[in-house]
This record gives sequence, C-alpha cells and structure tokens, in this order.
Amino acid sequence: MSDEYEHKLEAKSDYAGDASSVSTPDIDAVPDAELPDQELYHSHSWWTTYVFSQDAKYIGIQYALTAIGTGLLGLVLSWLMRIQLAWPGLGWLEPSSYYQFVTMHGMIMVVYLLTALFLGGFGNLLIPLMCGARDMAFPYVNMLSYWAFVVAVVVLLASFFVPGGPTGAGWTLYPPQAITAGTPGYNGGIILMLISLILFVAGFTMGGLNYIITVLQLRARGMTLMRLPLTIWGIFTATVLAMFAFPALLVGCLMMTLDSLLGTSFFMPAMVSLGETLTHEGGSPILFQHLFWFFGHPEVYIVALPAFGIVSDLLSVHSRKTIFGYRMMVWAIVGIGALSFFVWAHHMYVSGMNPWFGFFFATTTLIIAVPTAIKVYNWILTLWRGNIVLSLPMLFSLGFIVTFLNGGLTGLFLGNVTVDVPLSDTYFVVAHFHMVMGIAPILVVFGAIYHWYPLVTGRMMNETLGKIHFWITFIGSYAIYFPMHYQGFVGVPRRYYEIYDSPYIDVSTLLLNKFITIAVLIVGAAQLLFLYNLFASARLGKKAEKNPWKANSLEWQTPQMPPEHGNWGKEPPKVYRWPYDFSVPGAKEDYIPQNQPPSEIIGAKVEKT
Amino acid sequence: MIVALSIFLITIGSVAFHFWSPWWWTEVASNWGNMDDTILLTFWITGAVFIAICFFVAYCVWKYSYKKDRRAEYKPEDKKLESRLTWATAIGVAALLAPGLVVWNQYVTVPKDAYKVEVFAYQWGWKYRLPGEDNILGKTDIKYINDENPFGLILEDPNGKDDLLVDAQELHVLKDRPVKFELRTIDVLHNFYVPQFRGKMDMVPGIVTYYWLTPTRVGDFEVLCAEYCGTGHYAMRGRVIVDEEKEYKKWEAKQITFEKMLAKNRKNDNLQLVKKDK
Amino acid sequence: MSKKKSIFQLLTEKPWEQDQIEADNEHQGQTVNLTKQKLGLRTLMAASTVLFSLFIVAYSDRMLVHDWRNMPEPWLLWFNTGILVISSLVFHQTTKYAKNEFFDKTKNGLYFVGFLAYSFLIGQLIVWYQLMNTGYYATSNVANAFFYLFTTIHALHIIGGIYFWGKTTSKFIKKSLKKEEINNLIDICAVYWHFLLAVWLVLFGLMLSS
Ligand code: HEM
Ligand SMILES: [Cu+2]
Ligand SMILES: [Cu+2]
Repeated sequence: MSDEYEHKLEAKSDYAGDASSVSTPDIDAVPDAELPDQELYHSHSWWTTYVFSQDAKYIGIQYALTAIGTGLLGLVLSWLMRIQLAWPGLGWLEPSSYYQFVTMHGMIMVVYLLTALFLGGFGNLLIPLMCGARDMAFPYVNMLSYWAFVVAVVVLLASFFVPGGPTGAGWTLYPPQAITAGTPGYNGGIILMLISLILFVAGFTMGGLNYIITVLQLRARGMTLMRLPLTIWGIFTATVLAMFAFPALLVGCLMMTLDSLLGTSFFMPAMVSLGETLTHEGGSPILFQHLFWFFGHPEVYIVALPAFGIVSDLLSVHSRKTIFGYRMMVWAIVGIGALSFFVWAHHMYVSGMNPWFGFFFATTTLIIAVPTAIKVYNWILTLWRGNIVLSLPMLFSLGFIVTFLNGGLTGLFLGNVTVDVPLSDTYFVVAHFHMVMGIAPILVVFGAIYHWYPLVTGRMMNETLGKIHFWITFIGSYAIYFPMHYQGFVGVPRRYYEIYDSPYIDVSTLLLNKFITIAVLIVGAAQLLFLYNLFASARLGKKAEKNPWKANSLEWQTPQMPPEHGNWGKEPPKVYRWPYDFSVPGAKEDYIPQNQPPSEIIGAKVEKT
Repeated sequence: MIVALSIFLITIGSVAFHFWSPWWWTEVASNWGNMDDTILLTFWITGAVFIAICFFVAYCVWKYSYKKDRRAEYKPEDKKLESRLTWATAIGVAALLAPGLVVWNQYVTVPKDAYKVEVFAYQWGWKYRLPGEDNILGKTDIKYINDENPFGLILEDPNGKDDLLVDAQELHVLKDRPVKFELRTIDVLHNFYVPQFRGKMDMVPGIVTYYWLTPTRVGDFEVLCAEYCGTGHYAMRGRVIVDEEKEYKKWEAKQITFEKMLAKNRKNDNLQLVKKDK
Repeated sequence: MSKKKSIFQLLTEKPWEQDQIEADNEHQGQTVNLTKQKLGLRTLMAASTVLFSLFIVAYSDRMLVHDWRNMPEPWLLWFNTGILVISSLVFHQTTKYAKNEFFDKTKNGLYFVGFLAYSFLIGQLIVWYQLMNTGYYATSNVANAFFYLFTTIHALHIIGGIYFWGKTTSKFIKKSLKKEEINNLIDICAVYWHFLLAVWLVLFGLMLSS
C-alpha cells in the first residue's frame, strides 16, 4: 500500500522534499506526543455517571435535553399568544398574561433554548470529539456549569408560581417599566428573572471557560487551528463573544435588581407611576438599554455563529465537497464576531439616544453585512458542482440558506437608520428576527440533530418522519413569517395584545393573523412528530454503521460508536489533514478522514490550488 | 427535483406575494415619503439578491444532485471570485446606506421655522401642550405634577402661563407647516407613532426627545404607542387631526391656557370651601 | 510549536496545501505555551475585566446627572488598600520561595496571604458599617450605591480567590501534587491576587477622583 503511495509521490515533481524525504522510516509519522495524555476522571456510581456526570458527552446531552424541554414551553407559549392574536374575540387571555407569555417566550427561546443548546449542548458534545481531546479541560467545572443552568431554569420556571406571576416586561426588560406597577410581575417575577439570568451567566462562564481552553490547548496532535472544522470555529468564536457580552447583561441585571429591591436609582429616573410619585431620582433608562444591547447584539451572533459553523459542515459533508473558501469562512466568523461589539445601538435608533449615533451605528451595521454575505456565497458555492445528497441534514441546511438569506436581507432594512424609523417596533421586526435567529438556527439544530444522532445513540432517525417534519417545518414557518413582514409595513405594532378596529388596518390584515396562527399550529404539530422520532429512534431506529455519512471530521473516527468514556480508547488520534478532503482527485473514496495517514489512502494526491 | 422545484416556487411565490398581496403601507401623510423611497430602493436591491441566490440554490440542487459515479469538484477556494463578490456586496451595501444616511440627517435636523408641540405620555394615554402666544413652552418638573397642575409646569416660569393645555386624546396640527414634537413622559418609555406619518421616537422619563415632520394631507389619523409600556400598551391610542389653517384656528381657540386653568381651579376650590363652610 | 506565529499568519494558512500539511503534521495541538490552568485564569480575568470596565462606564455615565453627591472616603479604605498591596507583595515573594522549594517559608507565606485577604474583607465590612452609621445608605444617593456595588463585586472576587487559595494551600501542605503542578497553582493564585489589586486600585482611584 505504501509502495503505491510513494510511487505516486515520485511521479509529481512539485512534491519534492515532502513526506518521503523525512528521515524517519515511517513516512507519515506524526512525532510522538511531547504532551502527556490527558488525565481522566472516572466515575464510580450511577449518580456520577448519569446525573452528576463529568463526561462532556453526557453533559452535552443533558444540556440539550434541558434546553429543548424549556424550549417546548416557549413553543407552547407562542401558540397561546398566536391564538389570542388570531381570535381576540375569544378573550381567553388577559392582557397581562399575554405580556407575560411574550416575555417568557422571548427570553426562553433566545437564552435558555438556543444559547444553551448550541454552546452547552453541541459545544460539549462536539468540541472534545472534533478536536480529538479525551474530554473538556476542566470536567468538574463543566458539570457545575450544567447544574447552574438547571438551577437557572428552575428559578425561571418558579416565577410562574409566585404572586403576580412571571414578569411581563418584554424580553428586553427595559426599566423603568420592568420594575414599576404597570407591568405584570413587576415585584416578584422580574426579580426571579434577573436572578435566573445571573445564574445562567455564572453557569455559562464556567462552561465557556472549558470550551475556550479545550479548543485552544487540548487538540489532538496535528490538529492546527486551521484544520478545525468550521463547527468548532463557530462555537469557539461564539463562546468568546459570550464571555465578553454576558458581563454586560450581568451588570444590567445586578443594577436593576438593586433598583428594584433596595430602591437605588441606577436606571430609575424620577417618575409618577400610575399616579404615585416614586422616590427614585436621576437614573438613566437609556444606560440600561446600552448595557442590554451591548450584550443583546452579540447574543444574536452567539446563536448565529455556531449555526453558521454547523451548517457549513453539513453542507460540505452532504454535498461531498470541500467547503468553499474555508479561510474566508474563518475570517468571516472571526470578523463578524469582532464587529458585533460595535453595532449594538442599531437596536436603539429611535430610543431617544443622541440621534447622531445613528450615523455611526448604521454604517457599522451595514459593514457587518459584508462578511455575512460572504458566508452565504460560500455556502452556495459549496453546492455548486457538488454531488448533493438530499439527506435530512442537507434538506435542513437548504432550508437554512433560504430562511437565513431572507432574514439577513430584511436586516439590511432595519440596520439602515432611516428605513428602521417606520419599521421599528412593528411586526416587520418580529418577522425579521424570527426568520434570522428563530427559524434559521432552529433548522440548523434539526439538521444537526439528524446528522449527529447516530453518533449519540448508534441509531439513525426515521427518514420518512424526518422528511415530513422537514417539509412542514420549512414551508410552514416560511408561511408564518414571510407575510408577517407585510403586516409590519401596514404598521401593526409589536407587543400588541390586540389591534382592534383601527381605522388604518383593514379586515384582511386581521384575517392574515388567522392564517398565520393556523400555520403555527400545524408547524407545532409537526414538532411532536419530531419529538416522537427523537425518542423512539433511540430504541427502534435502524442501527447506524460506523461513520454513516462518510464524514472526515474526528468525531466519527472514534474506535467505538457511540464513543465511550475517554473517546479514543488507548491512543488519542493523530491528525494528518483538514476535515474537508472530500472528492479528492485520484483518491478511491470520496472522503478521507482527518486521522487517516497518507500511507493508507488509495491513490491520494491533493492538488495544489 | 422536488426540492429544487420547491425552492424555485418559494421564490416565485414570495415575489408574487410582494406584488399582489393587498398588504402594503398606508398612504403617507407627511413629508417622510423619502423614507418610503429608501424602503423601495432596499426592496429592489435585496429582492434581486434574494431571487438570484435562491435560483442559484435551486439550480445547484437540480443539476448536482447525487450520482454514484460522479465526483464533486475539488476546489478549496477561488480568490478572484471571492474578492469580486466581496466588492460587489460592498458596493451594493454602500448604495443602500448612502441615501439612508441622507434622509436620517434630514430627520434629526429640525427646520428653524417648525412650531412646537409637546406630546405628553403617561400610562396609558396622551395629552398635548402648545406653547401659546410666546411660542415658548414653559419649563416643567415632575415634582409639580398634581391634579391642579397635570403637566407639572413650574409656576414661576412666565413662559408657561400662556401654554395651551390639551387634556384630551386628540391633537390638531397644521397642514404643510413643519411641526416639532417634543416628547415627554412622566412614567415609563412610550413612543409617539402615527403610521401615516412614518416618524417615531421613544419618550424617555427624565429627558425630552423630539422629532419633526410636515403633514401633507388633511385627515384624521390614529396615534399608537410603539414602545412597550406595560399592560395597557396596546390600548394606548389617540388621534391626530391634520387641519387647514381655518379649522386649526377654531380648534386652537377652544383650548385653555395654563393661567386660565389655574384660575378656574382656584374658583372651584373657593366654591368648595364655601360649600364646606356651610 | 517552536516558531511563534502571529494571528495573521495563522489565519492565512492554507491547510490543504502540501507544505502546510507537512508543517501541520508536526503540530502538537496546543496553541499557546501555557498550562491550561494559567490560560483559564487569563480567560477569566479577561471576562472579569470586561465586567469591571462596564461598571466603570456605567459609573462615569451616571456621574454626570445632577443628583450625584460624592461620598467621603474613610481613611480605613486607605488602610485596606495597604493590606491588599502587602498581600500581593507577599504572594509574589511566596511564589519565589515555592520555586526554590523552601517549604516552610512558602507555607508561612501562604498562611500570611490568607490572613491578609480575610483582614481586607473584614476591613471592608467595617467601612460599610461606618458609612451606614453615618447615614450613607445605598438608597440615599447613587454614588453610595455604586460604592457598595463595587466593593461587593470586588469582595466576591476575593472570596473566590480565597476558595482557590484554600485548595492550593491544603494541597501544598499535603504534598499531594508534583512540584511543577503545585507551583503552577501557586503562581496562578498569585497572578489573580495581583489582578484583584489592580482592579481595586482602579476602582478606588475612580471613586477618589470623582
Ligand atoms: C414557530 C415558533 C414560534 C412562534 C409561533 C413564535 C411566536 C411569537 C409571537 C406571537 C411573539 C410575540 C409578538 C408580539 O406580540 O410582539 C414572539 C416574540 C418573540 N419571539 Fe417568537 N415564536 C416562535 C419561535 C421563536 C424562536 C425560535 C425564537 C428564538 C430566537 C423566538 C424569539 C422571540 C423573541 C425574542 C420575541 C420577542 C419577545 C418580546 O417582544 O419581548 N421565537 N414570538
Ligand atoms: Cu443587533
Ligand atoms: Cu406603549
């Protein structure tokens, strides 16, 4: 085998001075580790194996299931709201409940579902495996991170049961409204929400520390940064963003908690609340908004970047083609991450801040569109001349491209100050952010679950159910959110419990609400199908072969599938190439795993480009 | 095949929806028609990109769907193509941004001849105050708000005496005259929004924000609160009526000044005192 | 590993090209030459720096409002600052002892550092007590509120430090770790101590100067 390889090598002149001239007898030897193998914690009881697990794979699954469970609540809340919007005559929700549901829905979806799922779930599952590590850098801290998240969720849910109910302040929690009498849950629910967020940030910091150190320091030999799959680049960059962005949320939450509990005036100005003069003085509500969005905008990318990374890998694997423009993709991820700290006030064009900021933030916002566009181009150029397998992950990735494109383009409307003026705080905004950070990342989540399910359970998910799930979810959610933009044009404001016979809104706009709600309920039902598939396939699914998608990245190359504790058996892997060697000219197979030494490849020759 | 076709149809459907659905913005009633123009420009540029990319995806899915004996192309990158696309995008984005910034500049620069109206928001309703003859709005402080002085005017400030207080959900403005709305709230954030005017700005307790516009057609428009302000947010409606000079004067004449109101209150108080004495 | 690369060089590598492949195959899988604990601490310090910077930004913004009333700076704060400076110096010295394997000196150094850290916390509590006795409540002015907030957050950082100091000290005394490992931990604690001193000096300076 190696003869054949050497023969090939000699045939190419530009190959001179390559591996064959390395003096060691074994031509493709990666030098032995100078670094000692990672020490592992071994659990001894059922409790430490399954509950207080320190194995990143388990923690990832725990994170994912907890996040999805919480997300289901967010989903149910959205149905309740949608029914209210479509049939306001039923009067089955009080306005205060509507606002509580909007708030809990928004916060749950953004923070407790997507952030926790992408970073805590996929991060834990994939970082050690894709980097070729045995586990995270600090497994104990990693476990604490998960349990802090659980406590945060419990505190959040507890707010449903305190007097006054959960907060109805909107997920942006703007003071003074969040902590004054006109808002539901202004003295109980909001405090629990703030405490829950503080816990979440604390827990996340512990997890984030692990993700960063593991990616930087614990990779397999041969795994340079530029050989990492884009999934890892996305999760890694998102984690760095989160480490810098969450402090802003923490500062905002802490100061607001004090304003509410002690009566300080960090954010609270002098005001008359429902006829009663409060004792606060001089505080600045806009300061809170700056802090909130200094967190909130990067938060959008904390959700988006992992999705970007994952979808890049799905597209590449399932079109059997090298990701197009890997370096550009990495730069775009890093660039978007960096820029995302300079655009926050585009959420505040009409907030009453100094209007001259508008020029600066509109410019930075539109600049960030460029690297984002590059990513889209590179995804579609990956499809170009590929060999596209229309598997479930590919279908969801295609769905992602369409919805993300749509949402990204409407972002150009809202980012451009002037255009934002008539559209801000209307349903156009609701449609935009659901398309871009609701639907698009969720489609990636689904794609990723179908893709990595065999890695976790050793079985495949049911393809037919999956296809039904895809078509309903994709077409359905497009049908929900595309028309919603036009309600925004009409001028229907967001966070409206009811928009009864306003003179400028004609009946058909209200009719549209009914259509949207029906679509919502159908899409919702399809998710039950997905849940069934998710749980039933763990026992009934077809047994997966090893590396079922014929992927290159390391997570599929473990000695056992699903990987066992410590991931790699006796010897951690050595890496010989980047993860995108698909359809390499001359090679027999259309994929070459990252840890495959050159000597084992039949007929491989990577052309210089 | 089905996948490619669906993406194709979704694209066509979106475009068709855009042109043929009945939902579109209300007829503009202020000088901010140029906001609509920037939206249209954005629509043309982004729409073209949307169609191009979706069609491209549909084409790829159709053309390059999996065949066992075909190999994908091995091409890690194409610098030239990538830099071309980058530049094209940058130019497109600049073309969107430039007119946007121009209009924003107009939006935040109030013309000198604009007359002022204070919009006063509270949970959950609207009041208005006009500067009166001296054209100056008297100073206010939240401390002074009470039943007699609902706007919290500072009594010592002479400019406030002739301010017209409109304690109703209805405001009249003049057609074709630039008006500067000075936005004030005594409790939480609100936002003074009339869909037909296009303009918007949050009202923030502790500071006075503003925006301006010139109404361009006579009519009766609904005011909505566009910044979440608590349970009554959705019901925080008012009316703005754009008048020609004559009707406006009639309406203005009916409003009472701060001084008169104080006097009236005092009279009432006296009456009450008299009653009590009996 | 040996060659230091700039981020720029690193991000322009073409991992699919033959020369790069050969170079990459030699790579050891570590990005920077630091122990994972050291790099971890730096990461946390970076996040913490962002946190304090944002507090400072909020402080500076809020300061400009007319209702701001400055707070007196009790002399005890200077004393506490002194304690913090000394503890940092002692810790610095202790790391040197540890490197030279002076077991007793290191042990005493660690104990002394712990003592100073607790003293600092108690000192801060006394400052609080004095201020509250003289009527400077968090609610009476936002400047006071910032003071209590800053000192609390800083103290929480110190308490976190004390936790790790405790673990390190007990490991050191039990001699349960290899020499490099325990020195690594002591170094880390020391760096954290210096960091908290720096944070305190910035916060204290800020409150003095306004
Ligand atoms: C198909 C599933 C979903 C439906 C039907 C849905 C529906 C809704 C509805 C009706 C509202 C309230 C709009 C208003 O009254 O202003 C809302 C708000 C919101 N949704 Fe969703 N949503 C869904 C999924 C998601 C996802 C996945 C996310 C994650 C990013 C998300 C994030 C939000 C946020 C941040 C808000 C704003 C909350 C606020 O105004 O405070 N939603 N959604
Ligand atoms: Cu943003
Ligand atoms: Cu409102």
